[in-house]
Amino acid sequence: MLWKEIKLLVRKEIVLEWRQRYAFNSILLYVVSAVFVCFLSFNLQRGALNVVTWNALFWIIMLFAAINAIAKSFTQEQYGRQIYYYTISSPQGIILSKMLYNVGLMLILAFTCLSVYTLVMGNDIQHWGLFMVNLFLGAIGFSSSLTMVSGIASKTNNSSTLMAILGFPIIIPMLLMVIRVSKNAIDGLDISVSYDDLIILVAINVIVATVSYILFPYLWRS
Amino acid sequence: MSSLLKKNWWKVITVILLVYTIIGGLLFEVPRLAILNETIRALFFHVPMWFGMLILLTISVVYSIKYLRAPSQMVDNYAIEFANTGIVFGVLGILTGSLWANFTWGTFWTSDPKLNGAAIAMLIYFAYLILRNSLDDEQQRAKISAIYNVFAFATLIPLLFILPRLTDSLHPGNGGNPGFNSYDLDSKLRLVFYPAVIGWALFGVWLASLRLRARVINQKINEKIEEQYNQPSESHTGLPAGHSV
Repeated sequence: MLWKEIKLLVRKEIVLEWRQRYAFNSILLYVVSAVFVCFLSFNLQRGALNVVTWNALFWIIMLFAAINAIAKSFTQEQYGRQIYYYTISSPQGIILSKMLYNVGLMLILAFTCLSVYTLVMGNDIQHWGLFMVNLFLGAIGFSSSLTMVSGIASKTNNSSTLMAILGFPIIIPMLLMVIRVSKNAIDGLDISVSYDDLIILVAINVIVATVSYILFPYLWRS
Repeated sequence: MSSLLKKNWWKVITVILLVYTIIGGLLFEVPRLAILNETIRALFFHVPMWFGMLILLTISVVYSIKYLRAPSQMVDNYAIEFANTGIVFGVLGILTGSLWANFTWGTFWTSDPKLNGAAIAMLIYFAYLILRNSLDDEQQRAKISAIYNVFAFATLIPLLFILPRLTDSLHPGNGGNPGFNSYDLDSKLRLVFYPAVIGWALFGVWLASLRLRARVINQKINEKIEEQYNQPSESHTGLPAGHSV
C-alpha cells in the first residue's frame, strides 16, 4: 500500500519536473558553472591540483549543488496543492517519495558534476568501483538529510538561507565520511581498507532516514 | 521536574560545591607536570563546562520529544531555556579551552576531534535559535524547532563516534596521550574535579530554572496586557481603556 503510494508520488514528481524543466536545467547549469568558476579561480593547467584539494573541492561543489537542488522540494508547490496532498496521502509516503526522487536528482547531478570536473581538471581515480559506490551512498545521504531540512526550512520566511545554516552542521558527519572514502578510492587503496567507513556511512544514512521517517508526520501536520 | 526546580536544598549544595571548587581549585596542591604546570587548575573550570553542556542539551532534547508527544507551552519553555543555557556552557567551554590550549599546545585552535565536535554542536544550536526567531506563530515555532532539535541531536551522536577516527586528539586519553588516571595518581585532582563537575552541572540547571521563571513571568505579563487591550473591545479600537483616539 505504502509502496504503491510512493511509486505514484515519485512519478508525480518526475512529471512535474519534466513539465517545468527550467528548475532542473538551472541546477545542472549551476553545477557546470560552479566547476568552471573553480577551474578559473585556481588558474589551473589540467590535472595540476593535488589529490586532497581535488577531492575536497569536488565534494564542496556537490554539497552546494545539493543544498540548492533540494531546497525547492517543498517550496516549489503552492500551499493549496500541499493541503490537497495532505488529504489524500500519508506523510510517510510523501517524505519517502521526496527522498527517493531527490536521490535520483542527486545521482544525475553527481554524474554531470564528475564529468565536467574531469573534463576541465582531470582525475586520478584509481578505484572506480569504490568511487561509484561512495558517490551513490553520498547521494542517498545528502538527499535523505537535506529533504527533511528543506521541509523544516520551507515553513519559515527566509527559507533559502535557513536551508543552508540548518543543513551544514547536520551534513558534516556524512560529508567527512564521504570525503574520506573518496580519498581512498582516488589513491587506489584496496576496498577492504574502506569497509569500516562504508559501514558507518550506511549506518548514518539509516539513522537519518529513520529519524526523518518518524519526525516528518509531526512537521506535516503543522 | 518542576517541583524539584523550586526546592532550595540543591541550590545550597550548588553554592557549597562551587565555593569549594573555586577555593580548592585555586589553592590546593596539584601535581607538578611538565608543560601543564599550574595551568592544570583549568581542569576544574574547563572540563565541567562540557559535562554541563551535554547534560543541559540532553534535557532540552528530552523536552522537545515531550513536546511532540503532548504539545504545551510550558514544555517548550523548558526546551528553549535548557538549550540557551547549554549554549552558554558550550561557548564558555570553547573559550576556556582555547585559552588553556594557547598555554599548553601553543595555539588557540587545532583540528582536534573534541574541538571540532564542540564547534559543530554550537553551529547546530545557533541555527536552532535562528530557526526559532524566523517563525512568527508561537505554536508552529515550538513544534518546528522541537523537530529540528531532535533531528539535529540524532545526527550529532554518530559524529561523536566519527570525528575521533579522522584525526588524533591532543586531549588526554586519546591518540597516545595519557588519560587523567596517570595524572592524578595521588587523586588530589579528583578531590576537586568530581565536586566541580556536579557543582557546575547543578549551576547550569539553576541558571536555566531562573531563565525559565523570567520567561513564564514575561508570558503572564503579556497575557495580562493582551487582556487589558481586549476588554474594551466594544469600542472596536483595540486600545486600552481611557486611551482616546
